[in-house]
Amino acid sequence: MMLHKIAAAFATLLLISGAASAQGAKPNDAQIAHIAYTAGLADIANAKLALRKSKNKDVRAFAHDMERDHKAVNDKALALVKKLKVTPQDNPTSKAIAKGQADERAKLSKLKGKAFDKAYIDNEVAYHKTVDNALQSTLIPSANNDELKSLLETGLKIFQGHLEHAEHVAAEFK
Amino acid sequence: MRAGFVVTAAVAALSIWGSTLARAATIQVTIDKVAYNPVNISARVGDTIVWSNKDIVAHTATNRDKSWDFTIFPNKTAKVTLKKAGEIDYYCKFHPNMKGHISVKP
Ligand SMILES: [Cu+2]
Repeated sequence: MMLHKIAAAFATLLLISGAASAQGAKPNDAQIAHIAYTAGLADIANAKLALRKSKNKDVRAFAHDMERDHKAVNDKALALVKKLKVTPQDNPTSKAIAKGQADERAKLSKLKGKAFDKAYIDNEVAYHKTVDNALQSTLIPSANNDELKSLLETGLKIFQGHLEHAEHVAAEFK
Repeated sequence: MRAGFVVTAAVAALSIWGSTLARAATIQVTIDKVAYNPVNISARVGDTIVWSNKDIVAHTATNRDKSWDFTIFPNKTAKVTLKKAGEIDYYCKFHPNMKGHISVKP
């Protein structure tokens, strides 16, 4: 139930309301790890596309930061699941994230120049909002293992920083 | 007469240098969980700030007046010696939600 709601939110890039945590099965740690990792991979793929297409200095700097930070967080997540002997488990939310961002990249790849830059950064703002919201309202409260919870909490602060950074860059294109 | 002046000047210079040395402090700032700790610092001219990044990602210490801008990778440090009195607001370029303040007294 809850997973479907998160999945829907990612698919449509709607924000998850606090009410989503009403009833139903909470995602387990193996699913949470998979969702967090998938969300990171999607943003790395977005960044790589931007680095191939954009010539804007600020957009490129932002994309470099996304590639570096999401890789660092994902590396930590991989090391942690290995240590905890948890196998990340695919689920509808992970699938919705991967598909949602792949669809965005398909749209972005048809754009050029300033139109690309604006669309890329607008998607980064929206995507980070959705991910931060999912972390805050569902993933962090649902996490069982303390180390996983702590990594997600640090991740949230990092991604809140990315959101603010993205909003600064987006202001250039207003 | 002339030698005396040189000696006096040298002694004066040494004593200024000495007093600066005596009070110059090194102030440690730890970066962890996307925050500078301590976030507010009181320092004096001549003091050195050392940032140590214990976090899982790179951060910057970037002065809003652009006079310094350090990128600090995990398990690395950066330092700056404070040259003049005033209020310094700095932040992380990668995560602008990270902010720090240094109050520099003469
Ligand atoms: Cu930072």
